[in-house]
Amino acid sequence: MTMIEFRNVSFSYDSGNPVVADLSFSIGRGETVGLIGANGAGKSTIMKLLLGLVTGEGEITVDGLPMNRQNLPAIRQRIGFVLQDSDNQMFMPTVYEDMIFGPRNYGVSKEETDRRVDDVLKCLGLQELKHRYNHKISGGEKRMAAIATILAMEPEMILMDEPSTALDPVNRRTVINTVNRLPQTKLIASHDLDMILDTCQRVILLAGGAIVADGDAETILRDRELLEANRMELPFCLQGRR
Amino acid sequence: MDKLSQAQSELREMDALAAEDSPVHRLHPLCKLLVTVCYIAAVVSFPKYDFTGLAVMVLYPAVLFQAAGIPVRTCFYKLRIVLPLVCAVGLVNPFLDRTPMLQLGMVTITGGVISMVTLMMKGVFSLMASFLLIATTTIDSLCAALRKLHVPSILTTLLLLTYRYIGVMLEEVTIMTEAYKLRAPGQKGIHISAWGSFLGQLLLRSMDRAQELFGSMLLRGFQGEFFYADVPPCKPSGIVYTIACAGAFLLARLVPIASVLGGLFVG
Repeated sequence: MTMIEFRNVSFSYDSGNPVVADLSFSIGRGETVGLIGANGAGKSTIMKLLLGLVTGEGEITVDGLPMNRQNLPAIRQRIGFVLQDSDNQMFMPTVYEDMIFGPRNYGVSKEETDRRVDDVLKCLGLQELKHRYNHKISGGEKRMAAIATILAMEPEMILMDEPSTALDPVNRRTVINTVNRLPQTKLIASHDLDMILDTCQRVILLAGGAIVADGDAETILRDRELLEANRMELPFCLQGRR
Repeated sequence: MDKLSQAQSELREMDALAAEDSPVHRLHPLCKLLVTVCYIAAVVSFPKYDFTGLAVMVLYPAVLFQAAGIPVRTCFYKLRIVLPLVCAVGLVNPFLDRTPMLQLGMVTITGGVISMVTLMMKGVFSLMASFLLIATTTIDSLCAALRKLHVPSILTTLLLLTYRYIGVMLEEVTIMTEAYKLRAPGQKGIHISAWGSFLGQLLLRSMDRAQELFGSMLLRGFQGEFFYADVPPCKPSGIVYTIACAGAFLLARLVPIASVLGGLFVG
């Protein structure tokens, strides 16, 4: 069953150069897809299009709902977005307040919200963060807390923009393990190809706003020529370095 | 710690103070807000020569500091910049009003001196009461209380977001100042020639950050109004506190308590 579908989607900023050009792809429910490509390839724009933060030409459907003003609240309720910079995501004073922000805005009762918060924190092993101040937790904890704020909304799909940026190896591994445990449909944009290899079954390689390759993650990420032609390189774990 | 980091840390300290637990913290935010408004109204309504009557009003902040477990010095430290300004307001009074009011030995106290002191007291007491309100009530609860008073949501949201974005802007200023200092060793502050571009960059960066934050809020269902921290219904104790305080302020304002007490001893 299709979770998201892009049909001939194009988008350009004021300058007129298309950032995304005639893009068509679909993602099935439960799939974990990696979105890779050099800087400016269009990864972030695809996410913004999917979230209705920018509007382009063509058709986008999310869970069968066409992207339009009327459906936007319902679409956003279905999608959780983990931002690259957790500081921009965690704007409330404490982790708890940040976690209840989304559910309460969507009219979830206090009791249900509290249950979700406790369940998510327990699932991620973050109970001790519940009442901590956002400015007093570490970068790794903040990234996990940002994921927790999204999970508290119980989204059907999760978008992640560079989820492993600025994390030490242990925190990075924690995030990878967490991503692998999540049952939702996931779209992960990242330059960390090792992480993509560890988390995604399918990869979409972008260049100049168009799809260059779309297929099995391992096949694409092992293709040195293809990656290098698109300003990328093999994941470190496949480079055979000593 | 440089001044910017200190400002950030002080802002966060206020959040931490407001999140502590004490009988005052547990009071309903609406009660605290109403009592503070009543207190300030009572304080500013004292006549300019009523020094003794006004002096009694110090009891309210004194009791609250004790009950909330907040050291008075914290208040004066946080208000250190604004206090001198408040105190400076009445400085010209002694020169304008030279009417002798009191003789203390060889020293004649003029009406100007008394009105200067009462003006300062009014300013300091009002600031202390406002500080106590903020230090014992989270900004969310305060906004929720304002909403209960039917203050338009646009104003409460503006208040809340301004409070939140001050921290974001300070972070950006800190980052930019550090980057500047690293490339301008030995230079004190930011050179005047860089002020224009510095402020321009700050505006652009703050707007970018604000845009990101706002996007994050939109994606989590924000539709123009915050769901403030759940404020439980006001308990009877809160109502009693509000009525008792308002009554006490009215009494202090209408009855010269200090004179009555003094009369008991002097006869």
